[in-house]
Amino acid sequence: MPLLTRVYVRTGLIYLAVGALLGGLILWNKGAPAGLNVWRWLAPHISLMTWGWLWHLTLGVAFWILPRFTDPARAGRATSAKRGRVWLAWVAYVCLNASLVLVAATPWLRGPWPNALAGLLQTLAALAFVFHAWPRVRPSAYGR
Amino acid sequence: MPRISRWFVKSALIYLVAGALMAALTLSSAAPLPLALMALRPLAWHLLTVGWATQLIFGVAFWMFPRVSREQPQGDERLAWGIFGALNVGLGLRALGEPAAALWPRLTPAPILPLAATLQVVAVWLFVVAAWPRVKALGR
Repeated sequence: MPLLTRVYVRTGLIYLAVGALLGGLILWNKGAPAGLNVWRWLAPHISLMTWGWLWHLTLGVAFWILPRFTDPARAGRATSAKRGRVWLAWVAYVCLNASLVLVAATPWLRGPWPNALAGLLQTLAALAFVFHAWPRVRPSAYGR
Repeated sequence: MPRISRWFVKSALIYLVAGALMAALTLSSAAPLPLALMALRPLAWHLLTVGWATQLIFGVAFWMFPRVSREQPQGDERLAWGIFGALNVGLGLRALGEPAAALWPRLTPAPILPLAATLQVVAVWLFVVAAWPRVKALGR
């Protein structure tokens, strides 16, 4: 696994652990109400489990397994350095995490701007990763 | 594909069918829904997200992530079976308890949803513990 995949997947695992805890507290409260306003954690729970866990996992694994570019100097073999514009995948990672921090903080922030900014950052993350991945969706060096 | 992965993936496929059926029944906005079906909405979502997507990911991750070692490719198998058991018992309890708590709150045993929540959170945390060391460069 390349470094960026490890960073994506491990970050995703952290979001999974936190997001599951929030969901667990909401479900617990349905059976045994503890007097907490757990419903304000619903949006962070959904965001952490989808954007936080599923996005990080899928983007990280895609970065790992999508075909790499071949290197004519090495008899046409793909090399780990041939994943194209890697910086775009890093930009996606930074934007995605900045948006998630904002979303997780929404219960304590006022006004619509945190959600709007988070949405913008998520869109930027998606665009950056698409621009990274698009040229890699091609026949593999090891066969079609 | 190791045995534990086959159990995860086949269970996920069963939840996919159950979740799709329940989603078809409960998430339609075509007509006003009876209370009994509205109470099943959160369950429909979680059958698809936890039962299907999460179990599929867990099963494939145990199979495809870099090996722990040559002797124990998937790590401690007892841990993996513990995760499978906790996740499925937890989700099963939720499937029984959540609609029951919405429709017949006085007849539903109080601990059923806290127990379901605890088992699912424990399963997820144990998965994080099991997967963490396998997120590594190949060959290390």
